[in-house]
This record gives sequence, structure tokens and C-alpha cells, in this order.
Amino acid sequence: MGPIEPEPNEPVFHYEWEARAFALNIAAGAWRKWNIDAGRHEIELLPPANYLRMSYYEKWTARLVELLIKAGLVTRAEIASGTPERGSSKATPPLTPAQVPSVLRTGAAASRNVSVAPRFRAGERIRARNIHPAGHTRLPRYARGHVGTIDRDHGVYVFPDSNAHFRGENPQHVYSVRFAARELWGEQASPRDFVYIDLWDDHLEPVRS
Amino acid sequence: MGDWHGHKHHDHEHQAVPSDPALRVKALESLLVEKGLVDPAALDALIDTYENKVGPRNGARVVARAWVDPAYKQRLFKDATAAIAELGYGGRQGEHMVVVENTPSVHNLVVCTLCSCYPWSVLGLPPVWYKSAPYRSRAVIDPRGVLREFGVVLTEDVEVRVWDSTAELRYLVLPERPAGAENLQEDDLAALVTRDAMIGTAKVAAPQRAGA
Repeated sequence: MGPIEPEPNEPVFHYEWEARAFALNIAAGAWRKWNIDAGRHEIELLPPANYLRMSYYEKWTARLVELLIKAGLVTRAEIASGTPERGSSKATPPLTPAQVPSVLRTGAAASRNVSVAPRFRAGERIRARNIHPAGHTRLPRYARGHVGTIDRDHGVYVFPDSNAHFRGENPQHVYSVRFAARELWGEQASPRDFVYIDLWDDHLEPVRS
Repeated sequence: MGDWHGHKHHDHEHQAVPSDPALRVKALESLLVEKGLVDPAALDALIDTYENKVGPRNGARVVARAWVDPAYKQRLFKDATAAIAELGYGGRQGEHMVVVENTPSVHNLVVCTLCSCYPWSVLGLPPVWYKSAPYRSRAVIDPRGVLREFGVVLTEDVEVRVWDSTAELRYLVLPERPAGAENLQEDDLAALVTRDAMIGTAKVAAPQRAGA
């Protein structure tokens, strides 16, 4: 993948359009027609060559267009023409300038205050399931099939793998799972390296000893 | 935005959009404003927040407080979200915080291999390199090599912990307090703390001698 290229004194946005693209994503999200997981998945749906070629905020722009169309907020014809279709009514923006500080300060918790029993306990050894779902998943490929140890239970959270597809929040426990780098990568890795991955109950299975 | 139609380049055949992202975003904003879907003044307020109000100085204040106040540090490890809120920070992409501590024997490094998850409320928006394919892919498989590129050379006896931000937990590294900073006040300590030190790709450098 090549070297990492930090930029000294990097600006928050490199171009005005990046700032506008960022803000458009947040402001349009205030319509609550999609959730954060669906938004992430929409970037994953970009054609792979585009995904690798596009800059970060180009991806955000492309994904926003698709989300807006799927949500029925705009039509593809409107995107193409740049103007509202004749006879379309004018909406009222859900996010006003006055609301911005409180909306950002409040955020949107992904934890859920529901009683769901944890399937695993801190200190228990687990295996990340070897699954390859066609849609969105937060189980990284490099962890699949590997054995780790539950480091801590973070509590109950929305499950992105279903939420991204609007198939429900399916709240369940999220754990920080500690994997030895050698378990993930083999002998080339340092025996003193560990990777901690946040995984949900549905990503994990018990290790039979 | 009729000038779109003059563009010859299209990303692929189904996307009738201009190739220049600046034009594309301008056209999108004007459409959404015209349809009443977004308020341009709200966009200005969002941009102003992350350009001028929320950034790594927030996280630096958390770190400095933890260095001078052992009880605060304990609260930070017990419930980072609540402890960070004591200083007035929280909200979007900081709803569920975890603080991990660097020590002489443990070095922590934060990444998001799946996208670009980052603790906005304490660090602001992530730098380009954090969102880049090289960092996202290499941080988990070769953390020591990545750290060397950043000028952090660890001996083999130091344990490296890489935190892959795959869920909504957001990680902040509490760096080691540098030698030579024993007599500094909290504000001066905060001034030493860099963004990269709170991601884990840097250590906090010793302070310059006053008057030097």
C-alpha cells in the first residue's frame, strides 16, 4: 500500500468543496432517512475502482447522492439536471443553524438500554466466525476464523450488520477482543503485538477445548 | 448549474455528474438548498465547528488533566465518556469513549481498518493519512513499521496494542508524560500534547527550556 504520508500543519479541509461536502452529509443526515451504518455501507457499495481512486470527500459526495436518491429526497434526474423537478414542493430543512451546536454536542448514542444477556465473559477465549456476508459487516476479514480473548464487555449496542440494511437494530453486546498478532498474521509478527477489535456477539463463537 | 452538461468526463456511464468534485458539490448544494433540504447557514455552522471549535486541543486538555490529577485519571479509565464530559467535551463521534494508557512497557495505537472512525469530540476530524489505505491496512499487520515511519522506535520488550475502531467505541491514547515536565502547570502541559500522540503515532516530546 506504500508509505503513510503525514502532512505537516494539515488544514481541517484542503478545499472549500471538501468542507461543503462534509457539512452536506451531516445536514442531509438530519432528515433521519438513513442511519450511520447505512451511510458507511453506501461508501462500501462504490465500485471498487472508484473506491480506491476517489479522495475521501469525493466518496462522501458520491455516497450522499446515492443515499438521497434511495431515500426519495431527490431524483436521479434532479441530480443530472441540477434543478428541482417541475411541480416539486419545497421542504423545510430539519437542521437550522441555531440547532447545530446542540445537535453536535448531543450526538447519537449507539448503545441501547435494553436487557440482553452477554454470550461471553471477560477472559473467555472466542473464535471470530468465518463468515462472508454479501452486505455490511463490522467483522474485519483479517480476524475471521481466528481465536482471541474477550478483554472487556462494552455493553449493548446497535448491530450494524443488520441496521445498515434497515433490518432492525438487533442490539447485542460488543466486546473488545484481544488477538495476538501471531494468531492473525503468523510468525512474521512480533510476539509482543496485539490487536484489539470491537466485535458483537453475532460475530463470535465459543472455542471448544 | 447548466454548465454540467458541457462536461465530457463521467465517472461511469450511469453517473451523469461532472468530473470536477468542486463543481459537483456546488451543484449538489444548490439543488438541496433549492429543494429546501438543507440550510446553507447550517452548513456554515457545521464547518465553523470543526475548523475552529472542536479539535485536538480538546483532547490535549483531557490528557493534561489526567497527568496532574490522579483521581481524574482513574475516572477516565472507569468511564471515559463521563470524565471527558467533565471538561465540556462530548457528542458526535465521541458518544462512547475509551482511554488507553501508554506506559514504558505498553504502547497503544488507534486505527479504523474498515472506514475512518475517529474521536471527533476530542481530536476533531481525522487527518488524511489516518483515512488513507496505507495507514488503515498497515497499522494492524505492521504496527512497529508504521510507528518507525512516524519516528517512534520501540524496543522489542514493549507490548504494542493496536485498537481497531470497528464499533462505536472511540479510542483516545493517554500518552506518557515526558521527562522534564514535572513542574509545568496544566495549561503548559496541554500545549505539549499533539494530535498524533493521542492517536499513538507519536510520543510527547520533552518541553523546551523556558527562556532558551
